[in-house]
Amino acid sequence: MRRNAKLAIALTLLVIFHSAVLFAGFLAPYGFAQQDRDLPFAPPTGIHFVDASPRWHARPFVYGFADDPDNPGAYRADTAAVYPIHFFVQGAPYKIAGVLSARTHLFGVEDPGRIFLMGADSFGRDQFARFLFGGQLSLLAGVLAAVLSVALGIVIGGIAGFHGGWLDDLLMRGGELFLALPWLYLLFAVRAALPLDVSQAQVFLLLVAVVGLIGWARPARMIRGVALSAKERNFVLAARGFGASRTYLLRRHILPEAYGVILTQLTLLIPQYILAEVTLTFLGLGVGEPMASWGTLLAALQQYYVLSTYWWMFLPAVLLVPLFLAYYAAADAVQERLKSVAL
Amino acid sequence: MRYLTRRLVHAGFLFIGVSFFSFALLQWAPGDFFDELRLNPRISAQTIDGLRAEYGLDQSLPVRYERWLASIAQGDLGYSIAYNSPVGPLIAVRARNTLVLTGCAMIVAWALAIPLGIYTAASRRSWLSRSIGVATSTLLTIPDLLLFLCLLLLAVRTGWVPAGGMFSASTTLDATGADAALWPNIKDLAAHLFLPAAGLALVTLPALIRHVRSAMIDVLDSPFLRAARGHGIPRARLLFHYALPVAANPLISLFGFSIATMLSASLIAEVVLSWPGLGPLLIEATLSRDVYVVVATVLLSAGFLVFGILVSDLLLFAVDPRIRQE
Repeated sequence: MRRNAKLAIALTLLVIFHSAVLFAGFLAPYGFAQQDRDLPFAPPTGIHFVDASPRWHARPFVYGFADDPDNPGAYRADTAAVYPIHFFVQGAPYKIAGVLSARTHLFGVEDPGRIFLMGADSFGRDQFARFLFGGQLSLLAGVLAAVLSVALGIVIGGIAGFHGGWLDDLLMRGGELFLALPWLYLLFAVRAALPLDVSQAQVFLLLVAVVGLIGWARPARMIRGVALSAKERNFVLAARGFGASRTYLLRRHILPEAYGVILTQLTLLIPQYILAEVTLTFLGLGVGEPMASWGTLLAALQQYYVLSTYWWMFLPAVLLVPLFLAYYAAADAVQERLKSVAL
Repeated sequence: MRYLTRRLVHAGFLFIGVSFFSFALLQWAPGDFFDELRLNPRISAQTIDGLRAEYGLDQSLPVRYERWLASIAQGDLGYSIAYNSPVGPLIAVRARNTLVLTGCAMIVAWALAIPLGIYTAASRRSWLSRSIGVATSTLLTIPDLLLFLCLLLLAVRTGWVPAGGMFSASTTLDATGADAALWPNIKDLAAHLFLPAAGLALVTLPALIRHVRSAMIDVLDSPFLRAARGHGIPRARLLFHYALPVAANPLISLFGFSIATMLSASLIAEVVLSWPGLGPLLIEATLSRDVYVVVATVLLSAGFLVFGILVSDLLLFAVDPRIRQE
């Protein structure tokens, strides 16, 4: 029962995160590249119900930003300028999942008011919008790379386990090499051999390809184990006796046996690869400005003054923790369930 | 002895595999050094072909690999274009710095993980052991990057420890001048080392604690220990004298492999906390296409790893009588 509750919480969190990222354009009041050069490093906007007079408002509102006279570069709330928050407002056009065009945003305030739920960065861009839009790149990179790794793992592990003999030895020794080396060093080595001056889309694809290709060894090992044990099962022997081809056996009998392993490997690899994208982008090898990814958001913290002055620049990084927690909890739950099914 | 030779051969294969992989990458990288000359209309194609022949670039891949390996064996790691200096000495300093950092972090992490792991395994139900469990799983989900950034923030805000670098600007770095002020130098180094080493230890600690704990639990639940407990052997003796040597085996092999994790984490720590180790050099080199530096760094990291695995094999040999009598 407790285990189920944990899985339920984890899955809910995952659904919330992923749908928020998918509908980033709708949830975010601004686009990820929309700048307000007058408001660099504006702090998160407070949402109020009671104004300065004091009078109670049924509709929540935000104050405008005014320069703080005591503190150059900082802001204070301009209590004279009240901007009520409206819902389902028309704003900058965006696309959902790259196809559906729309202009309606969940919430927003009228110009020249600004609502920054997570503050603004050095160009006065909404960090909330950049976090959501950045998630599109980072999550997509994680999922694509994990799928690539697992697909490679299925092919290589399946062949190694099924064929056995020298091929098995060769593939698994090769895999050990990939497992043993510090993966960040490996990643950089491969990245160094690839062209640097390429377009943003190519950078993204290169990143996914490199991360996915380097990680094949672990899933391959797991799937090899499944293939080894499945190979000796009676129904496989029977099918083989009837003259079933190798690809048929792999597809029809070995692959279904491996579903559990594939699922666990995916849930384990996705957060790891999201982190890989974040790390590589942070280190300067991912997509660059003005694109948003979780790595570029964190990269802003490389400057000491940003790090020590603007606490809200940490928010995107902190929000990653519940996401990873949910992924790991889901992976745990899947593993436990598979174990109890197997027993 | 047979065990040792087998392990040595294994390590050798690992290293050859890595070196071939690096060499293949080197060859795969587009362009060679004469591409630029080719753009010059006053240099004829014959001259360039002659140059290529002179430098052996017209040979087949295995021949070039062999030559490259031979030059590596002589300590010639190539030439850095960005730094305009041979790679060997350039990388040696950085490797030393990385070793200082990872070595310290390694010692701290294991020195904490072993007692904590044993404690959580031995008294599984106590509240302290449970809170250690919660703390480790929380720490496990915090991205390395975030942890290092938080540490950096702490250092910048409080000023308790220096927030970056390896020495203060006032400290003389060279070894010759250092003996006059050896003690202050070491103190300065320790102050700078604290933050990255603590971060690295924190990052690797949770996984280590979990491994120690599960290895100890396996042993503690085994019949021979139940019998020993029945004999009334005191708890401390039971844990350290009877259980730990049995549980040590998987932990020692883990030690060799934990170097790889440590090096990866160290790369991030070095960049975030500006420790002048291999990590920042590797990134710079990757971004400026300084291929020989990249390959040398990767080779060196593989060297560390192979060395670590060898050390853990030797330790296993020393600790486990079963392996010795094989």
